[in-house]
Amino acid sequence: MTSPTTLLSALSAVDDDVIERLHERLASAAGDAGLLDVAYRTVDSPVGPLLLAATDAGLVRVAYAREDHERVLADLAARISPRVLRAPARLDAAARELDDYFAGRRRAFDLPLDLRLARGFRRSVLTHLPEIDYGSTASYATLAAAAGSPRAVRAVGTACATNPLPVVVPCHRVVRSDGALGQYIGGTEAKHALLVLEGARS
Amino acid sequence: MARHGPTVLRVCRAVLGPVAADDAWSETFLSAMRAYPDLRPGSDVGAWLVTIAHRKAIDQLRAQARRPIPTEALPEPASRNGQPGGFERDLWDALKELPLRQRECIAYHYLAGLPYADVAAVLGGTAAAARRAAADGIATLRRTYLVEDLTLEGRTSR
Repeated sequence: MTSPTTLLSALSAVDDDVIERLHERLASAAGDAGLLDVAYRTVDSPVGPLLLAATDAGLVRVAYAREDHERVLADLAARISPRVLRAPARLDAAARELDDYFAGRRRAFDLPLDLRLARGFRRSVLTHLPEIDYGSTASYATLAAAAGSPRAVRAVGTACATNPLPVVVPCHRVVRSDGALGQYIGGTEAKHALLVLEGARS
Repeated sequence: MARHGPTVLRVCRAVLGPVAADDAWSETFLSAMRAYPDLRPGSDVGAWLVTIAHRKAIDQLRAQARRPIPTEALPEPASRNGQPGGFERDLWDALKELPLRQRECIAYHYLAGLPYADVAAVLGGTAAAARRAAADGIATLRRTYLVEDLTLEGRTSR
């Protein structure tokens, strides 16, 4: 006898574009109703797919694939709000600027940022990172001094390693005093690729 | 929540048919987003969404009942997913002849995966009654849906 599951199999096919269309409608309705706290999308880049997430205040998270996008989204739901929805249109500006950056047409980002995922000293480090110019690098020690705690070199390393907004907040420009690349949230290959793109490494 | 999108759509389609399901789906998730912060941690999100979808489906059915033109008069969807036994025509044609309670029990148990005790919690009544309603519905579908389409039966029987 045909099993109920087989019997209902015609229902199991739900087209991706149907879900896509429903999601778009939902995102816009949720936005209108003030129910969308975190909007996200992914973009392709030379350093792999990047997850972008934004709150009303601005871009709140950029994540590399190696950070596991599903886990990042779960973390955002836990730390910011469970009202997380894929809403590509809300991240159009960020996607465009990243595109321009990776194409070499943009040297600095001009986006509202929401730094709420970083607190205290880590946050202060993040605010100093954009002072390192495109195409140049700074040492962890230099950055520690800039952030007002010259001896907190290790803490600067941690701040960079936990940067919620890699690429956009350029922690990839912080390297070791001996010239070695040092760690990177996106992996050393990605760090190297970004510095090559900017002309700081060959 | 996005993980449950397709499942909730299947449930809405099985209870309401292809046309009203989209609206019920949207209403379900909007309502869920509104209520989500109050959901107890560790709750079964799937079961919770089915509870909301159930209420939204009832809203849709009430709205349909108020409308002067019955849904049967809506234009036939152009596509039937391009395959024999596609949902929009054949399966829904058979499903919509079932009593609502049977459609609900089938949808919540077989499509959403809720145990009958949970189905009963959503619908009221007992788990045994829910099991019986689902079984009756499935038995009817075997007669009305499969017999019409020998191709499908040939393809799916083991």
